[in-house]
Amino acid sequence: MIDATGERDADVLIADGRVVEVGPGLRGDSELDAAGCVIAPGLVDLHVHLREPGNEDAETIDTGARAAALGGFTAIVAMPNTEPPHDDPTVVASVLAAGAVSLCDVHAAGCITEGRAGAALAPMGELYALGSRIFTDDGACVAEAGVMRRALEYATSLPGAVIAQHAEDPSLADGGHMHEGEWSSRLGITGRPADAENVIVARDCMLAELTGGRVHFLHVSTAGAVELVRSAKARGLAVTAEAAPHHFTLTDAECASFDPVFKVHPPLRSAKDVAAIKIGLADGTIDAIATDHAPHAVETKERPFEEAPPGMLGLETALALTITELVEPGVLSLPEALALLSWRPAAIAGLADHGGPIAPGSAANLCVIDLNVTWRVDPLRLASKSRNTPYVGRTLKGRARHTILRGVPVVVDGQACR
Amino acid sequence: MKNLLSITDLDRDDLETMLSLSEDFLHVTERDIPKVPALQGKVVVSLFYEDSTRTRISFETAAKRLSCDVMSFSVGSSSVNKGEGLRDTVQTIAAMGVDAVVVRHSAAGAPNRVASWIDASIINAGDGSHEHPTQALLDLLTLRRKRGSDLSGLRVAIVGDIVHSRVARSLVLGLDAVGAHTTLVAPPTLLPDSLEGWPVDVTHDLDSLLPELDVLYLLRIQRERQSASRLPSLREYTARWGLTVERASRLKPDTLVMHPGPMNRGVEIAAEVAEGPASLIKEQVTNGVAVRMAVLYTLLGSGGTVA
Repeated sequence: MIDATGERDADVLIADGRVVEVGPGLRGDSELDAAGCVIAPGLVDLHVHLREPGNEDAETIDTGARAAALGGFTAIVAMPNTEPPHDDPTVVASVLAAGAVSLCDVHAAGCITEGRAGAALAPMGELYALGSRIFTDDGACVAEAGVMRRALEYATSLPGAVIAQHAEDPSLADGGHMHEGEWSSRLGITGRPADAENVIVARDCMLAELTGGRVHFLHVSTAGAVELVRSAKARGLAVTAEAAPHHFTLTDAECASFDPVFKVHPPLRSAKDVAAIKIGLADGTIDAIATDHAPHAVETKERPFEEAPPGMLGLETALALTITELVEPGVLSLPEALALLSWRPAAIAGLADHGGPIAPGSAANLCVIDLNVTWRVDPLRLASKSRNTPYVGRTLKGRARHTILRGVPVVVDGQACR
Repeated sequence: MKNLLSITDLDRDDLETMLSLSEDFLHVTERDIPKVPALQGKVVVSLFYEDSTRTRISFETAAKRLSCDVMSFSVGSSSVNKGEGLRDTVQTIAAMGVDAVVVRHSAAGAPNRVASWIDASIINAGDGSHEHPTQALLDLLTLRRKRGSDLSGLRVAIVGDIVHSRVARSLVLGLDAVGAHTTLVAPPTLLPDSLEGWPVDVTHDLDSLLPELDVLYLLRIQRERQSASRLPSLREYTARWGLTVERASRLKPDTLVMHPGPMNRGVEIAAEVAEGPASLIKEQVTNGVAVRMAVLYTLLGSGGTVA
C-alpha cells in the first residue's frame, strides 16, 4: 500500500464507504485480491473533457466516467467547454447530477468568463456554491491581461478557488495546428510557437503576484513554461501546474504521418521540451499529471490534419504511460508518480475525499494497480465512446486492476461493474 | 512505386529515370498525333479540392495522351457540397474502380490521408503548403533541357513566399538531389520558422546575389499575406525583392528566369521580364504535361517501353 504517508504491506478493511482499519491479516465479508499489486488512493484527473452537454456522440458523462474508473480514477474534473458551457449554474447542476450516478466522482470546473469569450466574468460565486473550485476557460486562453487580473482578484474571495489557465496567446497560436519548429516548417503546417505558451505563463505569474490570487497552469508543454513555473514557485507565488501524458511521451515528429490523432492544443513539442517536462515532474515543479482526455467522434478525425479538431484520449492510458515512460526508466519513483496522479491533484482541486491518506475514517476511494501486467493499446477495446488514442499498438506496462469508489468496487480485475 | 506524395518518394536514381522518361514523353507530345495507347483502359480521377488551371489541365492532358479514361471531380458540383467528408468521397470514387487519383487539396498531407484509405495510386498535385512534387519534376526537366543532364553546381535562388510555398518545399529537395546549390531569398516574415535540415543558404538580400545566379526562380506573392502583417505593402515587396527590369539587367546574360504560375505581373516579376528571352515560364507549362505522363506511366504502366 502506498499513500502520502509512505509504503507498507497491509490489508484495507472497508465498511459503509469508509476505511475502517489498515493492517496485516484483516478479513472481510467480501474480499478483493490485491496480491502482488499496489493499493493506492484513487487517481484524480484535473483535466477531462466529457463532451456532455452538446457533443454526446463523442463522449457522455457516463461513458467518460466509466473510462476514468477503468483507468484507476475515482475523481475527475470536467472541463467547462461543453455546449452550453459551464458558465451557468443550471448547466453545472446537470453535469453534477449525471456524474453522481456514474462510476467516478465528477467535479465540474466553472468558466472564468461568460461563454468562455474572455470578456465578462462568469458567475463564479454561484458555481462555487455548487462545488466548483477550479475555474477555467480551457480550450480558450484568457488572453486579455485585464480580464485575467480581475478573475484572479475576484477568486481570492472564494476560499480554495483556483484560476486555471490554458496558456496559449491566441495572437501567436491561432491558425497554427502543431508545434512551430523543424517539423512544422518541413511539413508546411502553420505552427503554434512555444512562446505562445511562455508569454502567458510569464504574464500570469506576474498577475498572481499582483493579485495574490492562485493560478494553475493547465497542460504545461514547453521547457520555457516549466522554467517560469519553477522560478515563480521559488519566489513563493501561489502557482501550480499540470502536465499531460502525451507531453512527456510524444514529440512533434509524430505529426509527419499527417494523422490528426496527433493533433492537440497545446501541441506535441520538441524532444527538448519533453525532456524538460520530465525534469519538471521529477523535481516537483509540475504538481500533477492530468490527461486532457479529449474525445472526438471518428469522422471528425478522418479529415486532413489542418481540418481536424485538436485533442486525444487519455483516461485509460495515463497510469500505464506514467509507469512505462516515467517509473520504469527511473524518472520518478512509484510514490512520486502516485503523488502526481492522486494526492497532489486532489489537493489542488480541494477534494478532501480523494487522494488519501488511506487511514481509518477516510473515504474509501482507492485503486489497486498491477505494475507488472503488459498490454497493447487497442482503440476498439477502450471504454471511451471515441477512438482517438495516439498510442494505437503500443505495448504499455501497468494497469488499474480494481477501482473502489466510496467503498464500492466499480472495477474488478479490469472489468467495470457495468 | 505506388504513390507520389512527396518528391522524396523518388531517390536520386528514380529521379534521373523519371526525368529521362519525361524527355521521351516530350518527344511524344511533339508528334502530329501526340497520343500513345500505353495506359488504355486505366482510369484516372482528378480530385481537386482547390482551384487550379494549369495543374489540373496538365494532368488531364497527360492522362488522355496516355489513352487513360479521365474522370474529373470538381468540389463545386459534387456531394462535398452536401457535407460529404474526404474519406467518404474518396472511398466512393475508389469503389467505382479507379487506378489513380490525382489529389489537390488546401490542407497539407491530405494526399497521404487519402493514400491510407484506398488502394488506388495517389498522386499529390499540391497539398496546402506541403509539397507539389510534379512541379519540382517539371522544373528539373526544364533546367535539364537548357543545361544538360548534369545540374550539379548550378546556382539557384528561390525568391518569395517560401513559408507558404509547396513548390519551394518540393523544389528545394529536388534541386538538392541533383546537386544544385539553392539559396532562399525572402523577407524574414516569409521564411519558414525553422530551416533545420534544409539543404539551402538563406539571405534577405537579392541584389547581392544577382550577378552569381544561374537560375532565378520566383514565387507568387499572395495578396492575403499583406493582411497577416507579414508585409508592409506589395509595393515595398516589389522594391526590395521583385524582379524588375532594372534588376533583370544585373543578371548574367544566360541566367534563366522561372515561375510556377500563376504570376502577379508587376509584383514579383515585371511583365517585360516574364515575356523576355531569359524566361522559361512557357516551357515549364509545356514540360509539365510530359512529366505527368511519365509519372502516370511509372505508377500505372506495366513496365513496357514507351511506344
